[in-house]
Amino acid sequence: MNQLKKYLGLLWITLGLVIGYFGFTVLGYPKLISGNQEDLVFGIIIVFILLPIIVGGLFIFGKYAWQREYDLIDDAADRAHFKE
Amino acid sequence: MSKKKNPLVGVIGASSVGTMIEWYDFYIFGSLATIISTKFFPAGNPTAAFLSTLATFAAGFVVRPFGALFFGRLGDMIGRKYTFMVTLLLMGGATFLIGCIPSYEKIGFVAPFLVLLLRLLQGLALGGEYGGAATYVAEHSPPDKRGFMTAWIQTTATAGLFISLLVIMGTRGLMSPEAFNDWGWRVPFWVSILMVLVSYLIRKNMEESPVFAKVKSSGKTSTNPLKESFGNKLNFKFVLLALFGAVMGQGVIWYTGQFYAMSFMEKTMGVDKMQVDNLMFIALILGTPFFLFFGWLSDKIGRKWIMMTGMLIAIVAYRPIYEKMYQTTNVVHKQETGVVAAAETKPNKNLGIDSIYTYKKQYADRTVQTEITTLSYVGNVKKETGVKTSISINNSDKWTLIWLVFIQVIFVTMVYGPIAAFLVEMFPTRIRYTSMSLPYHIGNGVFGGLLPAVATYLASNAQKNGEAQWYLEGLWYPIAVAGVCLLIGIVYINGKDKQIDD
Repeated sequence: MNQLKKYLGLLWITLGLVIGYFGFTVLGYPKLISGNQEDLVFGIIIVFILLPIIVGGLFIFGKYAWQREYDLIDDAADRAHFKE
Repeated sequence: MSKKKNPLVGVIGASSVGTMIEWYDFYIFGSLATIISTKFFPAGNPTAAFLSTLATFAAGFVVRPFGALFFGRLGDMIGRKYTFMVTLLLMGGATFLIGCIPSYEKIGFVAPFLVLLLRLLQGLALGGEYGGAATYVAEHSPPDKRGFMTAWIQTTATAGLFISLLVIMGTRGLMSPEAFNDWGWRVPFWVSILMVLVSYLIRKNMEESPVFAKVKSSGKTSTNPLKESFGNKLNFKFVLLALFGAVMGQGVIWYTGQFYAMSFMEKTMGVDKMQVDNLMFIALILGTPFFLFFGWLSDKIGRKWIMMTGMLIAIVAYRPIYEKMYQTTNVVHKQETGVVAAAETKPNKNLGIDSIYTYKKQYADRTVQTEITTLSYVGNVKKETGVKTSISINNSDKWTLIWLVFIQVIFVTMVYGPIAAFLVEMFPTRIRYTSMSLPYHIGNGVFGGLLPAVATYLASNAQKNGEAQWYLEGLWYPIAVAGVCLLIGIVYINGKDKQIDD
């Protein structure tokens, strides 16, 4: 499972970049330039708040996963701890 | 170390009542948004419209994470009790003052700015409340009952919604519609200060959480919980895991089951609003006890797999459920028995409206469809400028919809019931309030809060493209978000960590 966590890290990094691209080009940017007031607020929130959280967050999460920061070590049947 | 021990019932009561009141304060703004917009954000004014959208969107979700950071830091440095008394008073004060602002007609643009400012303060307060309440209860609870005890906090959002609907309906019932529109809408905002005062007096007599008090007396509190939570990889990686592996999915499922279901029935299916409110009320009352059940169950079998199972079933079941909901009231499948009423009204021509035609069609199963067509003058030409259709459902369809919404509420209780205890157990005491609050409010406030806007966008696009099941396309957002969350949660979350004295 720890090995799977590591390689899935690449998936999260890729996912973050893909969401960033489509989120900006399909959802965010058209709303920013539509000329409609309601769309402007929605567009600002998508481009400057939601996408940075998703793209940045998934990128860092994926990077940590690749670096094996989430490796779990079983202490007992009912106990486990993350590698420190 | 605290000499006086808080009774657990008092701890749960003090925390839950206060959190419920904060949710009430937050919801009455949304419930009364239509009246508020006419009082403070005059139609046809683009700046006012912009401020109105900002107040709704920005305060509704964007500012909550900032509240989580600010009050989380305070709670980890000074204490849980003090901090979540501040959030309670801030919320109560802001809500009361919204009810006192003179209208736009009286004080001009100062009015919408004040509303926006106070709405932002509400969002900040809410951002700080949940983390404090959940942490406070969890740190008092015996380890084998932590899920059940914190589940009481999880019922407060739904309870706050009930109370807000009851107070608004009660106030409307005591006066004429004109009086309510004139000044009566302010009453639910004023009522809040009384509830807040009661909750303040209850909380004032409680002692600090024993776990935090122990950390404080041993000099191990954090001097900079923000830096420790987010600047230190050891803790920050768990903040990310909490967000992407649990709260992100929980947030979209929460909003789908409680708010998207409501707006889908009203706007997409066209069901009469009063009937939607009524059946949502019943479904929520039936479903709410399950927050406690799944919190209790998580103490027996673990938190992770209950949450993941709830996410998985929701992902698989959403499309069939919403298809069934849509077809329940789809008149294409029903046998029309005739037009039961038709009327033409001639309103004041100053409004530019020439005529309003109202048709009521009845169907064999007693469904009634009302179609209101408005003819207005555009220049000198009379044109059809509006068609509004609403459906009054029969009793059998009503209970079908209640059942389908109830199932979605069960998904909500599965993902939300155990999550307070789960988040508390994920973080060490010294940075717990800060670290659990931020992913919670990003997951719920941002991912969940954006659901109506994104889902509407997906559905409208599909409708424009002529897709047959366009009405289901909005569900791809919660399905995709919960799907990613499910995969991350299954693979990465440690389901065996129940320590909080770390």
